[in-house]
Amino acid sequence: MSKERIQISEALYDIMPSDYQDLVKSATYGKEDRGWKDIGTSKELIEQHSLCAGCPESMAFRYILASLPNPEDTVMVGSTGCTSLVFPMVAVHNIHSLFGNQNAIASGLKRALSVRFPGRVKDVVVLAGDGATVDIGLDMTLQAWFRQEKFTTICFDNELYANTGGQESGLMQKGFVAKMAPVGKLFDKVRLPEIARESGCHYVVNCTVSKPSLVEKVIRNAVHIAREIGPTYLQLYTPCILEIGKNSMEGLQEMRDSEKPAERFAYKEYVSEPAKQLLAELAAKDKERKAAAKQLAAQAQAN
Amino acid sequence: MSDYRVLPGPEHFLPPAAASMGISLPNPGEAHINGVITSEDKAYEEAARQFLMAKVPTIFPGPLVLWAWNEKAAKKATAVRHLFNTLKECVQPGQKPMLIPMPDYRPKYPKINPEVEINPNHPNLTIWHNKIDCCMFIGVHCHQANLSLKIIRGGTSCYTIAMCAQAGHEDAMLSFRDASVEKIMKLADTVKRLKGTVQPRLSAKNGASN
Ligand SMILES: Cc1ncc(C[n+]2csc(CCOP(=O)(O)OP(=O)(O)O)c2C)c(N)n1
Ligand code: SF4
Ligand SMILES: [Mg+2]
Repeated sequence: MSKERIQISEALYDIMPSDYQDLVKSATYGKEDRGWKDIGTSKELIEQHSLCAGCPESMAFRYILASLPNPEDTVMVGSTGCTSLVFPMVAVHNIHSLFGNQNAIASGLKRALSVRFPGRVKDVVVLAGDGATVDIGLDMTLQAWFRQEKFTTICFDNELYANTGGQESGLMQKGFVAKMAPVGKLFDKVRLPEIARESGCHYVVNCTVSKPSLVEKVIRNAVHIAREIGPTYLQLYTPCILEIGKNSMEGLQEMRDSEKPAERFAYKEYVSEPAKQLLAELAAKDKERKAAAKQLAAQAQAN
Repeated sequence: MSDYRVLPGPEHFLPPAAASMGISLPNPGEAHINGVITSEDKAYEEAARQFLMAKVPTIFPGPLVLWAWNEKAAKKATAVRHLFNTLKECVQPGQKPMLIPMPDYRPKYPKINPEVEINPNHPNLTIWHNKIDCCMFIGVHCHQANLSLKIIRGGTSCYTIAMCAQAGHEDAMLSFRDASVEKIMKLADTVKRLKGTVQPRLSAKNGASN
């Protein structure tokens, strides 16, 4: 859908709830260099949500939605879990899939979109919890990567099944005791980023969402690479403050502590050779565009 | 022909799809009332009567008219507004016409503001809150309208009218088909013509709230 078509009928404008009016008036659909800095000055693509107060998943959602390069032509695929409580409040097309099926649904969707809209950019972005991505949906996750499906997979890694009260997940740390996993995990955290690389992902990042600028960068890279080259994977630490016994204000510090150099969420990135080339080309184009804009502004000032 | 009649509820928690009870859709130029095929002219009269009788006659415009997808959608929106204005002019003191949008179909959990919108996944909340006893759907995609009309029939006693742009809705108590600007205007004209001839249900207990 093009941005021009997102307009409210004039005769019924006044009865539209204000969130829709705001979305049309001041959301950043169609803005070329949209990003986290728009937060606070434009309408965000997320309304009130029902996550626990201070849940880092909500920060992650806000940064991701602010950073998607093409939200009006993006379809997100979610799965059951705490994230699925947010999707009804997200102003980007989205599909709720049966738990674990998200990468299979996204594969079909991406292919169908390219048949239905040849020549149009249509991005597909999966966003699911670690239980959906790494345990129950692992088959679908991996098979999509093996097949080189061109979409981005984002995993909100909170290291357990939060929505069902705290069961053990493959991404849980060894030894961790959760409310519904009292024995403590006997195995290591699954190394999905490495598995993603070996399975054919062209861009893999493991990080926290403590820095909005970093989230913006990795989201843009992941979506652009998936669009042109092949599958991409982002594993973002969004700690479940409820399950690890933290207060609402402590999520950010928890992420900062976990991204220190020797910690499990220290920034790790893998970029394939073709993806590196694409990023270099995109950076060069971006530079050109910014220089041209600067020149135009200078000319306008001089006149 | 089926004996089943599509009547105001509350029918029960999961009312059957009217189609599964043998109710069929009208042919072009026809409509149905309570599941019985009838002439379109009769349907205009009955819909207008139901609006004029209701304590809170309400129009629920859906995404196909709320959003200006094309010129036709925008024109339909203008006609919907005209119908609402006509209703306001034609009701008696104590009646409260409403125009409540269904902007999209996302299930708005955990919270919806029933004063400003209706959602197809839990339309009963808006109907209960505003004590709506007669409503008309327009511009709602078929499957969402069917879902919604069934929920309303299941849990409320609200009378439902569908101004359907396709082949009609068997799950509404009254349905037009092939909705157009002209048909909406004709309904508005009928409301105007019947003004003052119908006694509003003001004293009766409003069943929509049960
Ligand atoms: C097919 C299926 N199996 C199991 C469930 C139950 N279930 C709901 S949420 C959930 C766990 C979600 O964990 P995760 O994907 O890590 O998301 P989180 O809630 O932690 O964000 C499970 C097992 C389900 N809804 N559907
Ligand atoms: S249970 Fe945990 S992950 Fe889910 S919303 Fe609450 S803090 Fe966030
Ligand atoms: Mg989880």
